[in-house]
Amino acid sequence: MTELGDSCIVIPADIQNKIMAWCLSSLPDEGCGLLLGFSDKGFVVDAYLAQNAAKSAKLYSIDGKDYLRADRQAEQNGYEIMGVFHSHTHTDPYPSPTDVELAPDPNWHYVLVSLRHEVPVMRSYRIVDSQIAEEPILPEEP
Amino acid sequence: MAIEVRLPTLLRSAAEGQSVVKTEGDTVGEVLRNLAAGYPGLEGQILTGDGSLHKFVNVYLDDDDVRYLDKLDTKVQEGSVISILPAVAGG
Repeated sequence: MTELGDSCIVIPADIQNKIMAWCLSSLPDEGCGLLLGFSDKGFVVDAYLAQNAAKSAKLYSIDGKDYLRADRQAEQNGYEIMGVFHSHTHTDPYPSPTDVELAPDPNWHYVLVSLRHEVPVMRSYRIVDSQIAEEPILPEEP
Repeated sequence: MAIEVRLPTLLRSAAEGQSVVKTEGDTVGEVLRNLAAGYPGLEGQILTGDGSLHKFVNVYLDDDDVRYLDKLDTKVQEGSVISILPAVAGG
């Protein structure tokens, strides 16, 4: 069982920038993608930039083919899909009720990027049994 | 024939930690039903009670979403790979 409140996520600065740039370029729709890396260490090695199949400013849905490609890319490189990121175009970087309801995996990390203000704001969460816990984002391993 | 079924991380604990399981069947539905029969923890995670695909998963036969083929009646061939993927969405 995943414990809440004692995790962190390491997202190197270049990958943080890649995620935020993708979210900005996806406007007016929500941007989304998958986090590739090592789930047990909370270490993100790369971000897979996915198409938002929902094509919406209020919803996102990772295109199935993108998931398949990301899964293969992760396997070839010896890591795994460890989470998902998406943007909130007009609200704060906090999981919406829909995000919580549809969160597929308690072991995943859920990264939110708010584009509500001029400067994007990124936060990360664990979601287990509908409970939300924010975790710190570190640019390198402590 | 035995078909390779790839499982997402979420479902691996129900299949003894395996990421790939070889399962018998001639159609996608037959393979998935046999998979669930072999690993009861997968029961209800891939197929619903009425035998249709669960809305929270996407199933691909090689590079194609089976919803756009013949769904669970899609025939599999020697060497085919079935990938079960979580549907990832939110708001």
